[in-house]
Amino acid sequence: MTTLTRNPGSREHGLTRTLRRRTGHSDVKIALFFIAPALIGFVFFYLVPTIRGIYLSFTEYNILGDPEWIGMENYQAIAKDPLFWNSLAVTGQYVLLNIALQTALALGLALLMHNVAKSTLIRGALLLPYLMSNVIAALLWFWMLDYQIGVVNQFIEWTGMSRIAFFGSEEWAIPTQALINTWRHMGYTALLIFAGLQAIPGHVYEVAKLDGASAWQTFRKITIPLLRPVLVLVLVVTVIGSFQVFDTVAVTTQGGPVNATRVIQYYIYQRAFTESDFGYGSAIAVILFLILALVAFIQMKFLKGNESDLD
Amino acid sequence: MKKKALGTLAAAAAAVLALSACGNGGSAESAKGEISYWLWDANQLPAYQQCADDFTKANPDITVKITQRGWDDYWSTLTNGFVGGTAPDVFTNHLGRYGELAENKQLLAIDEAVEKDGVDLSAYNEGLAELWVGQDGKRYGLPKDWDTIGLFYNKAMLAAAGITEEQMKELTWNPEDGGTYEKVIAHLTVDKNGKRGDEPGFDKNNVDVYGLGLNGGGDSSGQTEWSYLTNTTGWSHTDKNPWGTKYNYDDPKFQSSMEWFAGLADKGYMPKLETTVGASMADTFAAGKSAINAHGSWMIGQYTGYKGIEVGIAPTPVGPEGERASMFNGLADSIWAGTKKKDASIKWVEYLASAECQDVVASQAVVFPALKASSDKAAEAFAAKGVDVSAFTEHVKNKTTFLYPITDNTAKVKGIMEPAMDAVVSGKAPASSLTAANEQVNALFK
Repeated sequence: MTTLTRNPGSREHGLTRTLRRRTGHSDVKIALFFIAPALIGFVFFYLVPTIRGIYLSFTEYNILGDPEWIGMENYQAIAKDPLFWNSLAVTGQYVLLNIALQTALALGLALLMHNVAKSTLIRGALLLPYLMSNVIAALLWFWMLDYQIGVVNQFIEWTGMSRIAFFGSEEWAIPTQALINTWRHMGYTALLIFAGLQAIPGHVYEVAKLDGASAWQTFRKITIPLLRPVLVLVLVVTVIGSFQVFDTVAVTTQGGPVNATRVIQYYIYQRAFTESDFGYGSAIAVILFLILALVAFIQMKFLKGNESDLD
Repeated sequence: MKKKALGTLAAAAAAVLALSACGNGGSAESAKGEISYWLWDANQLPAYQQCADDFTKANPDITVKITQRGWDDYWSTLTNGFVGGTAPDVFTNHLGRYGELAENKQLLAIDEAVEKDGVDLSAYNEGLAELWVGQDGKRYGLPKDWDTIGLFYNKAMLAAAGITEEQMKELTWNPEDGGTYEKVIAHLTVDKNGKRGDEPGFDKNNVDVYGLGLNGGGDSSGQTEWSYLTNTTGWSHTDKNPWGTKYNYDDPKFQSSMEWFAGLADKGYMPKLETTVGASMADTFAAGKSAINAHGSWMIGQYTGYKGIEVGIAPTPVGPEGERASMFNGLADSIWAGTKKKDASIKWVEYLASAECQDVVASQAVVFPALKASSDKAAEAFAAKGVDVSAFTEHVKNKTTFLYPITDNTAKVKGIMEPAMDAVVSGKAPASSLTAANEQVNALFK
């Protein structure tokens, strides 16, 4: 009995296994063929440079000579480098201001786009700042907010207040840049959230209305929970982008006044490209990579970005 | 982003090794064709384009392609070019940078050619040719121009304040009370109510016109900001120059000078550092916001070019040791070690350093060429435009110049000193805080 029942069973099992393996094998070939273009690009432009960057972080390398292996020395120096810790604090301040404002404003804008502003023209206009190059946007605001000749300070003076050194004072420099980039990115972020809003089925709202839910209740109990996966995605993407702030700083304050805007990307650039210390710069870049991976992981894990409440 | 850029550069680094290996090809190929030449000052582009055209007329088988890049991008693009094999054959070089380039074997030593072609090094203004001899004793460039510092002033404001141009020529300065220089600056400062800086009731928080303009903290060199003062006290940036290995920002003499300088902003005689981020110092001068600006001779064209403002130029003040002082900076043209057109490049560099080209530059009255004879022609060209440039040339004639500090690690020194100086000039930190920065700087040389 036992042998009889076991035999066909195991044979069948073996058969399906070989079948599965065979189909799996031919799938791999075809899949590889289609993935190849992306894979080659990924390997040569992402994977190899990343590994090379990690290798360089253990070397002393001024780019014109040969890299020299120094083990953990760069990392030890970074741990004791006050400018590195300063850059973390400054970047953190920037990200916090930028993300909080940008997400709140974008959510508001997206709701307006969804419920009020249905004209394509107006919806398109919200994207306009995003179509502008970062450098141009930064330079434009740099001039408008200039202490001596900027139009904004002229208005401030007319209202009887004293002029503000938007870029020159240590207190204002980071908030100013965070606001500029909020202005530039909120339209785009709003568009992403707007797409998420459109994916929420209308019948849920109809049911809520029938149950007599107020607008605020609908927003809190229906819109936000159903929007969560999109919001998490938007947060992950914008937080990573925000950590990478560089161009605005590079064309305006260049790390100053003193060290008030020496954000981490600018500090990497300064060490690597200005001071020819590519090993040290790579080491900070590796640390930034780890920080970003951790932040993204935490966001996905605790905000449950890969599950939807719609199911 | 960064990792990507690093990786691409690294990959390119391998390519350049292969390229530079076959860089010094046969002489027939290397003496003709197109060579590339970079410079950063847009004001000088027309003069050098003229030189390039004349050069091609004299050497029909060589053409020169000139590229002008702003100072901010110039050095990083150049470094990328060295690594990627796309650097120009010949480029304008700066004293603050060439030490590191020479050490990394990016520059072609031109001793042989200079000797063979009989370039007369004594025809250049004193000291300029020697600046380009590296630590290894080899020559890495031929001088093209020089600059010194002077005081640009608004003639109308001086007249209104009752200060004569003769007084401006006799200014004295010391770090204790600022001498007559501070008195003049104070008197030229006017607040919103029309009160002058040295009058009772002056409101230092509502200043309309500052006596002295401010360019920035001055980072490691203070070229136009404070070195024309600090170096009259007997202080110098480094233990020796060129190729010093110890910086002196911890010297009490230097720190007391910086204390005085930062104090000007506190007294309301000079704009606060935070207000100078953005619009250039020259433009704010043109807008009537400052009466005197200390600036370099390369700015003559810009200051005298503003419409509706009469500008005079006075020499920098006489310091406690009885002498004036000005940083003396010179540029040169260098050849990239990886050039494939070695012979043509040498010919072009020698032409740039010759009277033919330097006289063309002189006639445009934008900078002072390195050759003595051409310098005089430039002064005449300025005079023909109605600009008296003796404030700048006097420094050279009277030998009251000191050299731009030439050392290794200049980029790193600047990286440390920029925030440190900003903190002092903005009044956020006392000048004694520079001692700690100096220790960091000197640790680079150990």
